[in-house]
Amino acid sequence: MNQLIKNNLLGIKELSLEEIELIFETADNFKDVINRPIKKVPSLRDVTIANIFFENSTRTQLSFELAEKRLSADVVNFSSSSSSVKKGETLLDTVNNILSMKVDMIVIRHSSPGAPHFLAKKVNSKIVNAGDGTHEHPTQALLDTYSIRERLGSIEGKKVVIVGDILHSRVALSNIFALQKLGAEVMVCGPATLLPKYISALGVKVELDIRKALNWCDVANILRIQLERQRKSYFPSLREYSLYYGVNKEMINALDKEIIILHPGPINRGVEITSSVADADNALILDQVENGVAIRMAVLYLLAGKLE
Amino acid sequence: MQKRLLLDSQLLQITIQRLCQHLIENHNDFSSALILGLQPRGVFLANRIQKVIQELEGCHVEIGYLDTTFHRDDFRRRGIPKKASETRVPFLIEGKDVILVDDVLFTGRSVRAAMDAMISFGRPKKVELLVLIDRLHTRQLPIEANYVGKQVNTLASQYVEVGLKEQNGDDSIWLMNIEAE
Repeated sequence: MNQLIKNNLLGIKELSLEEIELIFETADNFKDVINRPIKKVPSLRDVTIANIFFENSTRTQLSFELAEKRLSADVVNFSSSSSSVKKGETLLDTVNNILSMKVDMIVIRHSSPGAPHFLAKKVNSKIVNAGDGTHEHPTQALLDTYSIRERLGSIEGKKVVIVGDILHSRVALSNIFALQKLGAEVMVCGPATLLPKYISALGVKVELDIRKALNWCDVANILRIQLERQRKSYFPSLREYSLYYGVNKEMINALDKEIIILHPGPINRGVEITSSVADADNALILDQVENGVAIRMAVLYLLAGKLE
Repeated sequence: MQKRLLLDSQLLQITIQRLCQHLIENHNDFSSALILGLQPRGVFLANRIQKVIQELEGCHVEIGYLDTTFHRDDFRRRGIPKKASETRVPFLIEGKDVILVDDVLFTGRSVRAAMDAMISFGRPKKVELLVLIDRLHTRQLPIEANYVGKQVNTLASQYVEVGLKEQNGDDSIWLMNIEAE
């Protein structure tokens, strides 16, 4: 296989195993490129990409922008806080306006689940989902699994636990799809109020006790507590969450094996993870950030190859 | 399909030997020269050249691999994106004499892309090109080789098939005719 089947990257759910592996292999090459003295290749020099962020983001937007620039694409950025969206313009109008300025590809983040899927049906442009509400965040799951693959050699047969707010997390859902396609066993762990009621229907194990979960796994992906998404109280206080679900050094030391720690960032140090765990050698947090650029270069490169 | 043998196993070996002699003549002990093989088949040739020079002169030439996929000017013009191979340049090329190695010189576009890819690793003092087969009168860019295994008159509709042992071939190079339907 040497090209993607789909014309857009909307979610991991729609990707085949072969497509994920193609993205990984392409990312290997780009990881090599971004570690050279000159970190740039001219592949996308005639392509213009718009990063449309209707929701705040620092690292994802920065990572996409770096990926685009290292492929030599022209980049325009749009964020809703400084735009006509505030004046009442619809999503489709906003995007059509941007496309009229001859933009070839769109990277979109939106607070509504399905916003990129809606656009993909309405406009004739390549669309990359950079996070749609609580639904999917495909490039994050790709870089998470890529980082695990890089450290452990393969993902097949590995046990991965995703800890924290599963209910509001698009990272969790995309990761579940990606890990299962790559042959891993997946468990979710968190307070019962933050686990979706029917999550086990996805074929994942459910565990309420963090110590048992850590004992079971090879890899723990610790999610951030997203206070901005919680309209009501799912747990009494941050301090209590931290007491029951915060991962600390003592828990890691109590295990009879070494596990790998992932975190999609930004870290709330002392809440879901302590500094001593986040800064340890088996935490891949900064590798994830580096791999994010390579993964996004691979996705954009492969999709650009399908432009007419 | 008609085909004509350009080089057989024995001739190929002799040709590589001659090219190596020529390289040694120009670069002595290779203290300031490096070889970059172009993926995929230029890499196999570069490996063979390294070995022959070692045998002939007892000196070690450093070799690297260049992949031109991300530097091609025909990305998105050939339908499907090409999958990249490994680029490995484990040394500085700044101020060195670089010898690019490829199997066939046809339009010159791969070599242009290779020079572009190479510049990412520094500014060489001098760049030379070594090819096994030079297809005459097919160039689309002003690029010529410094070391040529064999020159062949070809038509644009023909192609050169290189079967090297490293790729389960029998070390023979053929000129193939694609017959019109």
